[in-house]
Amino acid sequence: MNWEALAGRLFPESHGIEAHGDLLYGTGSVDGECITVLGTTNHAPIGVGLALNQARIVLDTVARHTGRPILLLIDTKGQQLRRRDELLGINRAMAHLGCCIDLARRRGHRVIGLVYDQALSGGFITSGLIANACHALPDAEIRVMGIPAMARITKISEERLTALSKTSPVFAPGVDNYIAMGGVRSLWTGDLAVALRESLASAPTNDERAADGAARGGRRLAAAVIQRVLDAA
Amino acid sequence: MNASYAECTARQRIERLFDADSFHEWLPPAERLTSPHLAQLGVPCAFDDGVAIGRARLDGKVVFVASQEGEFMGGGVGEVHGAKLVGLLRRAARDRPDAVVLLAESGGVRLHEANAGLIGVSEVMRSVLDARASGVPVLVLIGGKNGCFGGMGIVARCTDTVIMSDIGRLGMSGPEVIEASHGVEEFDSRDRALVWQTTGGKHRFLSGDSDVLVDDDVEAFRAAAIAWLGVQRPAILDSLEAEHRLLSERLHGAPPGADAIAFWRQIGIQRAEQVSELDSEALRELRSDAGLNREPS
Repeated sequence: MNWEALAGRLFPESHGIEAHGDLLYGTGSVDGECITVLGTTNHAPIGVGLALNQARIVLDTVARHTGRPILLLIDTKGQQLRRRDELLGINRAMAHLGCCIDLARRRGHRVIGLVYDQALSGGFITSGLIANACHALPDAEIRVMGIPAMARITKISEERLTALSKTSPVFAPGVDNYIAMGGVRSLWTGDLAVALRESLASAPTNDERAADGAARGGRRLAAAVIQRVLDAA
Repeated sequence: MNASYAECTARQRIERLFDADSFHEWLPPAERLTSPHLAQLGVPCAFDDGVAIGRARLDGKVVFVASQEGEFMGGGVGEVHGAKLVGLLRRAARDRPDAVVLLAESGGVRLHEANAGLIGVSEVMRSVLDARASGVPVLVLIGGKNGCFGGMGIVARCTDTVIMSDIGRLGMSGPEVIEASHGVEEFDSRDRALVWQTTGGKHRFLSGDSDVLVDDDVEAFRAAAIAWLGVQRPAILDSLEAEHRLLSERLHGAPPGADAIAFWRQIGIQRAEQVSELDSEALRELRSDAGLNREPS
């Protein structure tokens, strides 16, 4: 779904979201409450500039609008793979974006991520994956890398990986796998305005993803291992 | 006796960096906590899934410690590996040791269990920030041959203090990945000088992405960790605004292209063309002369 159609369904009455290049920014309202909307479009690669632009919007919301909820609209093909971005500390810029979102959460802003198109690895980790909760549309695509590339790097045949991906959610692309593992809290179907309202109302404060992954059977070990470390003599 | 930090295994680093015999491991190899996902793919496992965690003492102070083994899956973060890190950091937020010290060596997410690794790294990020918010400083030491990349490169910059050796590397995407994506003209991964200029310890130190530059020596890392143990970089609005200004000015002031020497010159580093030949001491002076130093307090 393109972002204009998405924005229309999230905020049927009106919204002020605009695209500035690959950056989406504006406000919408949910039950009369204004929320900040930001994100990316065109499968944008997240480089230093786009990370900083998003961080600026989060910081402005924290500084000027106490408690205002934040919706992150996610469509990225991952981090910018350029030498200039590495030289300029892309990891630091992305960490900064993550820290700004984290600050917003700590100061009482509910932060919701929505993968409406693509979410790949580095572009996802400091947006939706550091929100209070991340959701996805059913036709969204979430992955670290595709099976052919994974086969090349791990030296395990594509056939074998494809066969295993039918029973194991841990490496194959797919939004369902991320739901099973607790990384994505829910799929938004039907009335998206209702889904947004309900997700804001039920946004968890603590990181419940490992427990969700165990309960849903997609990530059976993480929660238990965390607990064992907490309990170890 | 000097010992190369890069040449040490994860466990040797723990043994030599912290006070003698002070390390108490949680979920040690005897518990044989391995990755079921690697087993399913027929890939050899490690009984600690590539990371040792526990508590130790550093100059008498109680610290929680994690040390990633670069020789196992490049230090890649899988489900169990990530959960051990998260458990350690949550325990730190609960028990309030004097600090958490992460001996990071990782290519980021372990591709064999990529989805679990990606979520795991994001949980590590959140738990680092939780530990810091509870008042526990988190330090990261980077000096292994595999560097600190991908999600762990982001995690490193979510901590209070980054300590690197000149042969350590810190970044997001490794040179091979960039070359595969945009060609050898974009990044020649076999050009070692170019690789070090782009992500190496000297560049990270000059640009302030690393707080401390040390020689490739375990004792030097130990001394730096002791000096910076209690230093905190509060993640509050004012400090994030300052970080934002710094990164924005750096981006907008940077010379075009990706030439490290031009970049160093632009941020005020004298003798920028000689950086590759200068030792840590000389670089500390250059950074100090440019007014870029952050000191432990």
